Amino acid sequence: MDSQDKIIRKKDLSLLQKMYIPEILKGLRMTIRQMFKPTFTSQYPEERFKPESSFRGRPVLVAENGVERCVACGLCARVCPALAIEVQASETELEKERYPIKFEINMVRCIFCGFCEEVCPEEAIVMSNEYLLAFSSQQEALFGKEKLLKSTEELKDRLEYLRNHR
Amino acid sequence: MDILSILIMLAKILIIMFGVLVLGAAIAVFAERRVSAFIQERVGPNRVGPQGIIQPFADVVKLMMKEDIVPRQANRFIHDLAPIISISIALSTFAIIPFGNTIELFGRQIKLMIADVDIGILYLLALTSIGVYGVSLAGWSSNNKYSLLGGLRSSAQLISYELSMGLSLIGVIMISGTLRLDQTVLQQTAYWWGIIPKWNIFLQPLGFITFMIASFAETNRLPFDLPEAEPELVGGYHTEYTGMKFGLFFLAEYANVITSSAVTVTLFFGGWHLPFAEQWGLSPLMLSLVQIFAFFAKVILLVLFFIIVRWTIPRFRYDQLMRIGWKVMLPMAIANFLLTGLVILGLQWFGVMK
Repeated sequence: MDSQDKIIRKKDLSLLQKMYIPEILKGLRMTIRQMFKPTFTSQYPEERFKPESSFRGRPVLVAENGVERCVACGLCARVCPALAIEVQASETELEKERYPIKFEINMVRCIFCGFCEEVCPEEAIVMSNEYLLAFSSQQEALFGKEKLLKSTEELKDRLEYLRNHR
Repeated sequence: MDILSILIMLAKILIIMFGVLVLGAAIAVFAERRVSAFIQERVGPNRVGPQGIIQPFADVVKLMMKEDIVPRQANRFIHDLAPIISISIALSTFAIIPFGNTIELFGRQIKLMIADVDIGILYLLALTSIGVYGVSLAGWSSNNKYSLLGGLRSSAQLISYELSMGLSLIGVIMISGTLRLDQTVLQQTAYWWGIIPKWNIFLQPLGFITFMIASFAETNRLPFDLPEAEPELVGGYHTEYTGMKFGLFFLAEYANVITSSAVTVTLFFGGWHLPFAEQWGLSPLMLSLVQIFAFFAKVILLVLFFIIVRWTIPRFRYDQLMRIGWKVMLPMAIANFLLTGLVILGLQWFGVMK
């Protein structure tokens, strides 16, 4: 009736195309040219991919002069959608008065959303660029403070990125 | 037949069977994987040995150690027999290929071919048609619908393409006037006007194209790999095969690729003839070595061509395959040999050719 019912007829093949062999030669030229193009594969265990500073790897605690910035306010544990963070606060003689006596992230639960980093008022928990997270047991995946603490020098890129983009 | 000639014969057989076909098939498997990777901008296997060259041997070791599973309802005897047929046919077709000129060693003339038979090309055609049994028996004895379909497709395909393959060779046979492959090669060593080598490809371009397409179909390689079309038939005729029995089919496929490349080289590309090598003034033995090297270089180039074609062209549908086989290839082959016959008759009429 209207244009929808019209039969769309494709163009017939030309004689040269019907002969097939010239078309095959064209295809061969294409594949042979493709053979000499560079590959983008990195040889993984030897070559490691170094992520940009915007990469969200495993969350870590920022340690300034060997002491964590964290004041154990518990906002990260509160915001964590996967309930991966557990914080227990305690008091300290330092200026910040509170510190986490226990800070544990269950890396099996963590979904790398970065909410903890976003919510943190002290910039004490940030996403690092580490991505090699393979575990052989559930116990191994519980990262305590000793595994989470990283110095500001190590996290310079990420902290700079956060300052520029927040 | 004294001891020495028997020893020479055995040496030739061992070198060709293990050196060229088994080792060559392994290297062809490796080349296939690497070349396909390069075409797809990947790297391919490069872990085992330098640049991954030992990968196929690692695969063979893996296949050897795997469990050999036979389906419960399968015909066990034929199930075991089928890969043996496939591999033995694949290994024995190379016997008639001359891979070098006659050389003189230990004071005797040695022909560089295993079986110096009079029927030459016919032996080849006969053996390749027996090769169908390997595939179709494998499909039938597995008691699996997909395998059976693969086997049936394969036998239909091989029978239809065998015809045009045989007919496309008639042109070459008429030109050379002999079925012996060493004679065919010797005739190609001459030159026209001292420049162009008298290779059959220049005389029989149509025959060459027909033969090439048919040999793709004969070796079950892509455009024509319907017997093992993965998306439709799971694995085709070797769905129910495991371990080294599957490995034998795999090896046979690549041995067939090498053999059909060698046949193409012998019939159309002048065999072991390297143009103008005989004018370099080498000693006869050195010249023969150069020619053997030239032969294998040509074969390797053709095997690479087989591989690149596989990663270029999509698979034909079954009806397209049959249509091309019967409506295009067969008339083309017949036209080719009629044309060749007419030209030869004409040349004889005018007394140019005897």
